[in-house]
Amino acid sequence: MNQIMKISVTVNGVLYERSVEPRLLLSDFIRHELGLTGTHVGCEHGVCGACTILFDGAAVRSCLMFAVQADAHEIVTVEGLSPDPQHLDALQEAFWEAHGLQCGFCTPGFLMTLKPFLAQNPDPSDEEIREAISGNLCRCTGYEHIVDAVKLAAAKMKESSS
Amino acid sequence: MSKRYIGQRIKRNEDPALLTGQALFTDDVHLPGMLHVAFVRSDYAHGRIRSIDASYAREMPGVVAVYTAADLGAYWRPGPPLVSPPPVKGAIFNARTQVPLAKDKVRHVGEAIVMIVAESRYIAEDAVEQVFVDIEALPAVVDLEKALAPDAILIHEDLDSNLAAYIFQQKGDYESARAQADVVIKRRLYYDHGIAAAMENRGIVATWDAKTQRLTMWDTTQAPVVIRNGMAAMLGLSESQVRVIAPFIGGGFGPKIMMFYPEEVLLPWASMQLQRPIKWIEDRRENFFATTHERDQIHWAEIALTKEGRVLGFKDEFIHDTGAYDPYGLTVPINSQCTLLGCYDVPNYASEFKVVFTNKTLVTPYRGAGRQHGVFVMERMLDIAARQLGIDRAEIRRRNFIPPDKFPYNNELIYQDFVPLVYDSGNYEPALDKALEMIGYEQFISEEQPRLRAEGRHVGIGVVTYVEGTGIGPYEGARVQVESTGKVNVSTGIGTQGQGHFTSFAQVVADQLGVSPRDVHLVTGDTDQFHWGTGTFASRGAVVAGNAINAAAAAVRRKILAMASRELEAPEEDLELVDGVVRDKKNPEFAIALKDLAAKANPLRGAVRPGTEPGLEATDYFGPERGVTANGVHAMILEVDPETAMIKILKYVAVHDCGTVLNPLIVDGQVQGGIAQGIGNAFYEKIVYDDNGQLLTASFMDYLLPTSMEVPSLDIGHETTPSPLNPLGTKGTGEAGAIPVGPLFAQAVEDALAEYDLEVLEIPLSPNRLFELLQSKNKDA
Ligand code: FES
Ligand code: FES
Repeated sequence: MNQIMKISVTVNGVLYERSVEPRLLLSDFIRHELGLTGTHVGCEHGVCGACTILFDGAAVRSCLMFAVQADAHEIVTVEGLSPDPQHLDALQEAFWEAHGLQCGFCTPGFLMTLKPFLAQNPDPSDEEIREAISGNLCRCTGYEHIVDAVKLAAAKMKESSS
Repeated sequence: MSKRYIGQRIKRNEDPALLTGQALFTDDVHLPGMLHVAFVRSDYAHGRIRSIDASYAREMPGVVAVYTAADLGAYWRPGPPLVSPPPVKGAIFNARTQVPLAKDKVRHVGEAIVMIVAESRYIAEDAVEQVFVDIEALPAVVDLEKALAPDAILIHEDLDSNLAAYIFQQKGDYESARAQADVVIKRRLYYDHGIAAAMENRGIVATWDAKTQRLTMWDTTQAPVVIRNGMAAMLGLSESQVRVIAPFIGGGFGPKIMMFYPEEVLLPWASMQLQRPIKWIEDRRENFFATTHERDQIHWAEIALTKEGRVLGFKDEFIHDTGAYDPYGLTVPINSQCTLLGCYDVPNYASEFKVVFTNKTLVTPYRGAGRQHGVFVMERMLDIAARQLGIDRAEIRRRNFIPPDKFPYNNELIYQDFVPLVYDSGNYEPALDKALEMIGYEQFISEEQPRLRAEGRHVGIGVVTYVEGTGIGPYEGARVQVESTGKVNVSTGIGTQGQGHFTSFAQVVADQLGVSPRDVHLVTGDTDQFHWGTGTFASRGAVVAGNAINAAAAAVRRKILAMASRELEAPEEDLELVDGVVRDKKNPEFAIALKDLAAKANPLRGAVRPGTEPGLEATDYFGPERGVTANGVHAMILEVDPETAMIKILKYVAVHDCGTVLNPLIVDGQVQGGIAQGIGNAFYEKIVYDDNGQLLTASFMDYLLPTSMEVPSLDIGHETTPSPLNPLGTKGTGEAGAIPVGPLFAQAVEDALAEYDLEVLEIPLSPNRLFELLQSKNKDA
């Protein structure tokens, strides 16, 4: 158990080489080894979705993976969505405008779940949006403003691509 | 002052940091040399600790310290009682508060027994497995009614029963009202309000700096000032040596209030012992049994009415579960008792409750804080009466509303803030009318429902009302300062857990000072910035802190006007504050920027006028004489599939009145979020203990929070009856959405299943439970 493994992971475009215990969770690696604390942990048993990241482009729960499984893979976290708080991307802007967050703890997980969803479904219906976020728990908003935010984001993205 | 920003749907100042992962939450605090904590917790609900063997754990590499109750020495003492019982004649209250680590007995599953401190959380959890606690199991007290049986085993052996408290309150004379009644209806009702389940678990980081002799603590608390003062007293430090920071908090909803949780008390102490920073972050499993719950009450209710449906009197007896300890006093059951009468003018009321100790997690307020239980009882009894008397459900409510000319309305009962509950203002019929119109009540009942029923569908409608006593004292305060950059700094003592304080409070300041809300920077929950206040609870932020900030900003405004009048040589009445400048209304070119005034107010050389205070700064406070009462009406249409007992909400309407609204976008969010929690409470979430006091629902696989599939799109309507009790006219709104959803479900389900003649006298329901109720009806038939 105490053996240490070397891994190299690309996170938000930066290559990190680290030595880790095989049992280290990927969520803990991202948060505590790399200091990227925007990825949150709400349950550590795969239900809440707060820890969602992009793993080779797909939304996955980082609390259900070990850091060693990320060796030679590419990760994007919420910190990778925009360069700084003054320059939000269309999805973040839409969450801001539609009041899609209250305490904001669940928000990074929602954003990371929605990134690939919107890429594949540029014009989603309410039903599709609700389904897409049904694996992410939010205790504050009651989801309605999140659904509004996703619709707004889709509209913004369409506008900027046309 | 102009109302340019108050009332606007302004997007929030705090969001960019949250949306980019830059906002600091407690678990994001990382300090060099930081140690990590894990706890050995009781597997037994009730038992006597025979021995603790931590010798293996102490020897493990990476383990720095292991503490049992004995190792705490004189620091071991039960937590402070937080809320004293209300001054009601004949009240009984036995205070038994939680302990930092269990010493002789364990009283609920999950009670902390041993604290392990290690170089990493992984090592600390390894060490937890190596501690052997020998416990002699005792029978567990789980059932509320059996808790008071003469042969019940005692949870606190120095008491002669498991009774924690008893209160009787009344107004008028129920028995004589009963004697005049045409009908008297009695029922036993059960209401269980589960757990807050904030997405962020609790956490604490503490660090003692020997060089500056100061303790700093990041804490997921709703009441940082109270924690600072309490920790200073416990640790023998002066208050100025302790800084408590409540950073961004991932949802509060009640249980993160000033609990002096065992972990909260232990971490700072251990940091001083070990002279190193130290962190503990609760995991979700711990959150289920170590963070407080709200849970259940059993009511025996009796309503006396005329045949026209006028309520002459109401009598209620109930049992309330407080869990293993009762540090939070009687807030929850008092709220149930006082909120039961709701929007109704009930002349005679007699209510008594018993609070019992059980071998379960402690009970403290969770969003609604006992109000749900009371509202459920009254609303259900009205429904049953309406059915029995053949009166429409909305109509029976209307007939009993407190008329608008009866405000302020004295309910004569002592409320949680220790003064008689007086409703400050209200106008209930317009809210009901609006809700009925929005849901299409008449049309649904006369056309749609018969048509759908003919198609074999089971659709029902419900309509319920509630009041919420909000915004109670004692007080909050704030300091407002215009910087020489022209930006405005505001600090206040309450914590913030997502309510948008950074924005709605900025709007208040912006209107007073004529600046943009984006230029108002708010600090909440850092005791080094502001160290007076009590906390964020009881829907009081916008009322009490909001008005304190308004008062402080108004004081700064007066300073600005006085100074600008001298500078511009114009009378104050001729001046206005707009877009960051003070100018002459008639000659707008006569102007001076706030930043220049601020710089002049803090001169570096020369003399100042006698008595001058430096800067454009003021501190002020707001302490209401009593709380303010918000109200609302919810209505819903839902469909039930009697085969599977699954439900689908077809339409949901909420009309509420929280006085002046600072930011409707934020208020809508609060109402929507509250309703989502209410829906969870009504149909999905249930805390289940078995007969041994084992918690069977300690994960999100077992305790079902509503997702985007269960919470429908909601229609929200606003009424505005400003409170006369505070200058802004605000009433609290944080808890409102969550309060009436249980009885609304019960009513709509009964209506949808009219042919089964169900009476739903319990919440939560679930598909399973509803199926059982239907089965029992099938059997009767
Ligand atoms: S923390 Fe990973 S799903 Fe909840
Ligand atoms: S905004 Fe608080 S959990 Fe979603």
